[in-house]
Amino acid sequence: MPFINFSKDEIQCKIVYYGAGFCGKTTNLQYIFGQTKEETKGKMVSIDTKGDRTLFFDFLSLNLGKIRGFDIRVQLYTVPGQVHYDATRKLVLKGVDGVVFVGDSLKVQRKKNIESLINLAKNLAEKGISVRAIPLVIQYNKRDLDGTDSEILPVETLEKDLNSMLKVPSFSASALKGTGVFETLREISKLVVKDVSRKIMLLDKQSR
Amino acid sequence: MNIVITKEDLEKINFCLNKMISSSLAHSVLLIDRSGQLIAHHGNTPEEIDVLSLSALTAANFGATAEIARMLGEEEFSLLFHKGKSENVYFSAIGEHVIMVTLFDDQTSLGLIRLQINKIIDELSKILSSIFKEKTNPINDPFRLS
Repeated sequence: MPFINFSKDEIQCKIVYYGAGFCGKTTNLQYIFGQTKEETKGKMVSIDTKGDRTLFFDFLSLNLGKIRGFDIRVQLYTVPGQVHYDATRKLVLKGVDGVVFVGDSLKVQRKKNIESLINLAKNLAEKGISVRAIPLVIQYNKRDLDGTDSEILPVETLEKDLNSMLKVPSFSASALKGTGVFETLREISKLVVKDVSRKIMLLDKQSR
Repeated sequence: MNIVITKEDLEKINFCLNKMISSSLAHSVLLIDRSGQLIAHHGNTPEEIDVLSLSALTAANFGATAEIARMLGEEEFSLLFHKGKSENVYFSAIGEHVIMVTLFDDQTSLGLIRLQINKIIDELSKILSSIFKEKTNPINDPFRLS
């Protein structure tokens, strides 16, 4: 649900990072927070437990600059990945404009990735949103583990598991090192802004 | 659903919020929507308070307590109050989409804040209901007769 303020010429959008527990959603936000200039970002808020698990969400507000005279402000949220926090995930998804699905490249997490994607589709459907219609980008995280002792899935397998039906833009990334993090953010922001501009044009037509 | 706020709407909202601040002696008032987006903000909020984060946390706080309410057989709690040593915050639900956050210190009293909030909520809910009025799409309307 984009929030359009004609008085301040500002559009606020909500982007949610979704994915299974420990896949690196918070790490994505932390990297973005660490790399953006002071004047374009707000504070980063995290509600987590002592074991680094997100309890409720992380929140970061960013200013993306102007498009057609409108200031674009995106609010990035993460959800808790653990299965039993489904009620919290539903709360965070309220009013969402775009989703980044973070897939974990570790082989042991293969089933959890698929379950989490199905959970996303289910929770969006409850809000009347189709996972095929909402701006969505998939990120394959932890690619830096390639060539180490940890067994990781090839991108082709992840693509087949998670993106064979959706066919959305996907990126290989390492949230810890920063590779692919801004590429993912740029793409989802582009898709969301495009979606919002389409809605604004539609509103314009209706009001005439 | 998109929310669009026109200049006229915002002027009306600002008028109400200004009135709230001058009559209750609260130091700031925020209007936010349930998904955590800031709609309007008035008053002398201390600089160290990040109002955008405050909005996100407020929406989450409301969502979490709504679940507690449901467990107790209530639909939701329409007001929440947090008391600190010098800063206090009062959250009030306005309709199903908006939350008003009132921040105040020991310059005023809880009684006065509550009195003024009750007065202003009626006025605000009229303005807000016109903004949040959803255009029903006849094709998607399950209750359509034909």
